[in-house]
Amino acid sequence: MTGESTKGRWLTVALLTPTSAWFLVMLVMPLVVVAIFSFGERSAVGGYTASFTFDQYANLPSRFTAFRNTLTYAPFGTLVSLLVAYPLAYFLAVKVSPKWRLLLLVLVIVPFWTSLLIRTYAWIFILGGRGIPTLLDYIGFEGVRLINTPFAVVVGIIYGYLPLMVFPIFVSLERLDKRLLEASNDLGGTPFRTFLQVTLPLSMPGVATGCMLVFILLMGEFLIPAFLGGGKVFFIGNALVDLFLQSRNWPFGSAVAVTLVIIMLITVSLYMRLTMGRAADRNESIM
Amino acid sequence: MELNVSMINSDKSGSPDIQFDQVTKRYGDVVALDNVSLSVERGEFFSFLGPSGCGKTTSLRLIAGFEQPTQGNVQIGGVSVIGVPPHRRPVNMVFQHYALFPHMNVSDNIGYGLRQRSPKPPKSETYRQVDELLEMVQMSGYGKRRIWELSGGQQQRVALARALINKPTVLLLDEPLAALDRKLRRDMQIELQTLQRDVGITFILVTHDQEEALSMSDRICIMREGCVVQMGSPRDLYDQPSNLYVADFVGKSNFITGSVTNINGRYVTVEDANGRTFVGAPSASASGFSVGVAASIAIRPELIVVSSHNSCAVDMATDVALNGRIKNRIFLGEHTEYLIETDGLGDILVLSPKHIESKRGAFEPGEAVALGWKNAAALALEDS
Ligand SMILES: Nc1ncnc2c1ncn2[C@@H]1O[C@H](COP(=O)(O)OP(=O)(O)OP(=O)(O)O)[C@@H](O)[C@H]1O
Ligand SMILES: [Mg+2]
Repeated sequence: MTGESTKGRWLTVALLTPTSAWFLVMLVMPLVVVAIFSFGERSAVGGYTASFTFDQYANLPSRFTAFRNTLTYAPFGTLVSLLVAYPLAYFLAVKVSPKWRLLLLVLVIVPFWTSLLIRTYAWIFILGGRGIPTLLDYIGFEGVRLINTPFAVVVGIIYGYLPLMVFPIFVSLERLDKRLLEASNDLGGTPFRTFLQVTLPLSMPGVATGCMLVFILLMGEFLIPAFLGGGKVFFIGNALVDLFLQSRNWPFGSAVAVTLVIIMLITVSLYMRLTMGRAADRNESIM
Repeated sequence: MELNVSMINSDKSGSPDIQFDQVTKRYGDVVALDNVSLSVERGEFFSFLGPSGCGKTTSLRLIAGFEQPTQGNVQIGGVSVIGVPPHRRPVNMVFQHYALFPHMNVSDNIGYGLRQRSPKPPKSETYRQVDELLEMVQMSGYGKRRIWELSGGQQQRVALARALINKPTVLLLDEPLAALDRKLRRDMQIELQTLQRDVGITFILVTHDQEEALSMSDRICIMREGCVVQMGSPRDLYDQPSNLYVADFVGKSNFITGSVTNINGRYVTVEDANGRTFVGAPSASASGFSVGVAASIAIRPELIVVSSHNSCAVDMATDVALNGRIKNRIFLGEHTEYLIETDGLGDILVLSPKHIESKRGAFEPGEAVALGWKNAAALALEDS
């Protein structure tokens, strides 16, 4: 029996070693390096000189706009994506006949077959001077500017992140036992009330997963604001690109990055608390 | 919504609770129900009985409003409900796998129906009624439990309470006991029957367990491939099956198949493949025999008399006498079931009551026996 359990333990260790090694080398080490850099100083030619100072952190307010933008666009973009994705996922999971479902699902993923970079370029043309604004010109709305506006950034966000939001919600709606809806109907629930009281709460795990995915990725986004915001809408991601690649101020860039990670950890754990708390709350009566 | 329900409730008294007029339901090419007409009276315990796929669930779903008939009319309390959505019908359903809401506790599940009303009743009123129902299904104190913390039997009770809270005029039950083990099923059958008598509303039960249907229902509708084969009280179906299908489905029977050679007033004579003739009384609900058509003689196992081989058939005073050998014996408590191998008629099932067994002693497998029955105990049945 002892033999069995030691064997089992060895197996566990053997199975977990590659993952742990990967995790350590690929995730923890770079983070540690960045954290160390953030207390250093920029050398004369750029890059990093060892030191221990809080100067970089003291300098954070100079990037206030980037932080503010990220912290408003990320939640807002998540919310808008959710509002667009939910009806789509609902349609796919509930309304479409199984015959068409697969085809439509594939259509949702098809854009992923080319890189986001190329697809975002396409949006530059669509929203740019010779795209939609020209069409609007024809029907009498002159001088509408779309590219390089917050609107363009939000459009880009919805476009880029929609599938990430659609899939988890689709899965949770698809898994939903349709007999529960009939039961609600049978007990006097109108279709709308049935949606509010049964469908929506039971699809919350999918909503939570989708929001989490989109939110975290949006916090680090730099491509969409750079291309469609034209430097007017500036995210932390863009600040980081600047600091590391242009001004070669690695320590300050590291401080910004560390701050971003900390903000992310705090918001995500608050969010988890909230959704978990909700689940626990449901133990209480809802009457 | 309130208006509609009360409209349906305020029917002319005397009209049946549920009525199907030549209802046909097709799913594409599949005919799930074929020209079915039936009516269920107020306060009746009515069962749909039949093999898988015969259209039992479809019938319930037509009453609940989840499906609309392709042809024909469905009435609840004398009012046609064609086009009325489920949430406006005064019937409630206990689903096959209960379909309890997993994100709500027991009380919230039971109170769900009340919360859908407009105006919503006050909380205190909801709690009071939920507690009342919890008590009725013997689940007091379980209100705060989560659904997955309940056993199958408890979930069944919650589903029942949830379906009763809106005081439906008809309660629909789709194989409500199928998932329970035998013992629990017996208990729940009795509880359901008592409950139905107490609340006095019409129960419509779907089952493919003939024992369940026989023991619980006032009336049973036997179905096959979307058609009603026979409708009647358990006693009628058992004693006077309209054809071989019903006799085979309801209870156990021995069958001798052949063709009709003679019809004389009270009896029909059937000749089997070996040229032996047997006589039986035509079932009261049979539509009529003619010489030459395929027919069967059916004898219920409890109507066959067995005695030991040497005490000859004469003292049993039976019309038919056979010799056989005990092939198998199953002790069932009140009865002993014998499978007897006969010459010419194959294996015959006999049910012998306890008091006879204890008088003459049980037969051992392999023992030679004499068996027989009176012609009056045999039924002549049409084959379809
Ligand atoms: N939604 C549907 N689409 C197509 N065919 C269906 C549908 N529902 C039922 N059917 C068909 O209608 C027939 C009757 O089905 P129904 O569910 O009423 O059977 P049942 O008597 O309840 O059987 P079981 O005892 O297996 O539950 C079956 O042949 C079934 O395949
Ligand atoms: Mg069924």
